[in-house]
Amino acid sequence: MLATSSRAAFRRLFDEVGTVDAVGVEERVAKYGTRSIKKSAKVWGLKTAVSMVDLTTLEGKDTPGKVASLCQKALQPHDPELGVPQVAAVCVYPAMVKHARKALGSDTAVRIASVATAFPSGQAPLKTRLAEVKAAVADGADEIDMVINRGAFLSGEFGEMQDEIRAVVEACGDATLKVILEVSELETYDNIRAASFLAMRVIREGDFIKTSTGKTSLNATLGNNQVMIEAIRDYYLDTGISIAMKPAGGIRTAKQALTFLVAIKETLGDAWLNNSRYRFGASALLNDLVRQLEKEKTGAYQAPYYFSESAESY
Amino acid sequence: MPTLASEKKTTRPSARPGRPAPELIFGDLWEFDPAPETADPKLKARYELFINGEFVAPKSGKYFDSVNPANEQKLAEIALASAADVDAAYQAAKAAYDNVWSKLPGRERAKYLFRIARLLQDRAREFAVAETLDGGKPIKESRDFDVPMAAAHFFYHAGWADKLDYVAPGRRVAPLGVVGQVIPWNFPLLMLAWKLAPALAMGNTVVLKPAETTSITCLKLAEILQDAGLPPGVVNFVTGAGEVGAAVMNHPIPAKIAFTGSTEVGKIIMRSLAGTDKKMTMELGGKAANIVFDDAPLDQAVEGIVNGIFFNQGHVCCAGSRLLVHEPVAKEVLAKLKNRIKVLRVGDPIDKNTDIGAINSKEQLGKITSLVASGVKEGAEMFQPACKLPTKGFYFRPTIFSGVSMSHRVAREEIFGPVLSILTFRTVDEAIEKANNTAYGLSAGVWTDKGSRILKMSTELKAGVVWANTYNKFDPTSPFGGYKESGFGREGGRQGLLDYCKLV
Repeated sequence: MLATSSRAAFRRLFDEVGTVDAVGVEERVAKYGTRSIKKSAKVWGLKTAVSMVDLTTLEGKDTPGKVASLCQKALQPHDPELGVPQVAAVCVYPAMVKHARKALGSDTAVRIASVATAFPSGQAPLKTRLAEVKAAVADGADEIDMVINRGAFLSGEFGEMQDEIRAVVEACGDATLKVILEVSELETYDNIRAASFLAMRVIREGDFIKTSTGKTSLNATLGNNQVMIEAIRDYYLDTGISIAMKPAGGIRTAKQALTFLVAIKETLGDAWLNNSRYRFGASALLNDLVRQLEKEKTGAYQAPYYFSESAESY
Repeated sequence: MPTLASEKKTTRPSARPGRPAPELIFGDLWEFDPAPETADPKLKARYELFINGEFVAPKSGKYFDSVNPANEQKLAEIALASAADVDAAYQAAKAAYDNVWSKLPGRERAKYLFRIARLLQDRAREFAVAETLDGGKPIKESRDFDVPMAAAHFFYHAGWADKLDYVAPGRRVAPLGVVGQVIPWNFPLLMLAWKLAPALAMGNTVVLKPAETTSITCLKLAEILQDAGLPPGVVNFVTGAGEVGAAVMNHPIPAKIAFTGSTEVGKIIMRSLAGTDKKMTMELGGKAANIVFDDAPLDQAVEGIVNGIFFNQGHVCCAGSRLLVHEPVAKEVLAKLKNRIKVLRVGDPIDKNTDIGAINSKEQLGKITSLVASGVKEGAEMFQPACKLPTKGFYFRPTIFSGVSMSHRVAREEIFGPVLSILTFRTVDEAIEKANNTAYGLSAGVWTDKGSRILKMSTELKAGVVWANTYNKFDPTSPFGGYKESGFGREGGRQGLLDYCKLV
């Protein structure tokens, strides 16, 4: 009964989508960090990165007030004189969606993303998870960040994992879907690539795959990002369907963000260098981007307390 | 029951009538500003010969220009040595060997080598910039590879100098005496370190000639040797072209000749040294096969292929210039390669973002151009990305030939430039046969997920180095050298040291 074992399922999947050499990936991404981004290229990169931020608060202690303040930051990250664009979206728990909608209003380019599907573990009955998605969309979420069923994936039940994603796609309606693979729980690059393909095959053009919840020890790394964008590239060249990408968690500095953008520029090309194809799930990152923009303009670094909503100590 | 992902196989491009095949856009949406490395290379206007611990003018009184291949501007004047200068260098080396160096205990020699390594590290940026200006290689390579690796060789051999009783178990070793060395222009400083460090650690003294197009970092290292207090005459540098090299090779004093360069010149040297009792090591050309099997992780293989052939503009004797790819994945590998080389940045070597710098000389550019023309003429299919090249200087686009057969010149001759020839194979045996069907045998690469296949290939490939799932990896501890017309003798590691001593 070879074909029924989960081992056989994995082998066949790896055969189909190809494997990844960990040493090679890490060598490749190390080169992105050596790119020297200066002057106008730096300003363009920083502003583009700001426009790609999904400004996130995912804490048990979130309140409507905290979310409202985050929304204001999303609309106007800094002094308008600096010409900092608005961020792509705010990302909140489903219970906070209606408060975010109230704070942002309906006439705004800033989108509301919500982490539904029993985030971050996903360990709730499918019915509950789908109800959560529908509720978030009904409350005004434009985008849903779901988690995959890692247990199903790791035990080789790929069909089950994909059926669940399909059900969430349906529950989303017009809302954009981001599928969180939770890469640290998949552990190997082979698994990350394979899971990316399984997800991409059941989501729609313009939907995202996303690295992580930000709730585990290891989140977005250049290596994970590379494996996933290479999967996106191969899928696009094979089918013509463009899937978007969102690394989340662990990207805190402008320098990191620029390095991730270099990876996009050199792997997926210009068509992915915009916020409908690429996002950063982050919170502290935004102020560092703004701080670097301020530095490019004035030549001097400002103290953290010059920037609103700064979480750093004074 | 576990199920397999057998759901809707999304339509392939070929099945999307009327719509163009999807393509990636590598355009100018996000152009990088110039990012030149600004460290001062501290070049002198004129470089003299380095003989007996001093910079001395050549007896001929003649000098030649060293040119920056990136913009064809003159960098400095280099002394042209005559036979009399070479003789003076050998006399100094002989005296230093007899009176000082051979009498020093290993632990004392080690101190000098450690000092050289540290001084080189101290001046790493300066040397990296000088190397890039003189040779045309991208600053990121001279900064991240050439200079640190050169220092690593001095460190490694410094570590050996007081442990030579253990280099050949059961035997005692003794230095050879004076050695004559000639090095090429592709890794001027690194080849210098490969040659000097083991020779000095073992207790030999040296007369060395760098390539005429890249003498500057060699003569800058002479400054370091002075600063390190190395006894006069232990290392001597004579500069010039072929005639100087011939004088270095044919002089009666050296007990050993070490040469790195082309197979053509290597043969001339061996002819002229036949009948003498001089020891020789030769590190010559290569036409390495980089072999990709269908189970290889393809993206990483593509990265290794690119690193294998475009590193240092392909001016690498162990460059993976023949890509042998398994037929089932040939199309896919070619498509991935094309997309990868579209984002290689060709241009000013001093820019920190440059991936492919300048071709070392006009002469070399001419050679590459004519071999590429022969590839086109013989019917191979050529691909070059549409990158802009600087108007001044010697540049060549990264080039891929597909549909190459074993009889094409681009599959047989060493091009020594950024040119990759792609051949296909069907079985493991065919891959081995094609890989070994060359006059050379310096290096090879194998890409596969199957460990046993790596082991089989590494025993059957007639190549001095076989890299598995990587390429162009170097380390001072690892011996490097060739089979067949790629030469003999090893550099690096214990084996490299043994080539600089006699067993007593």
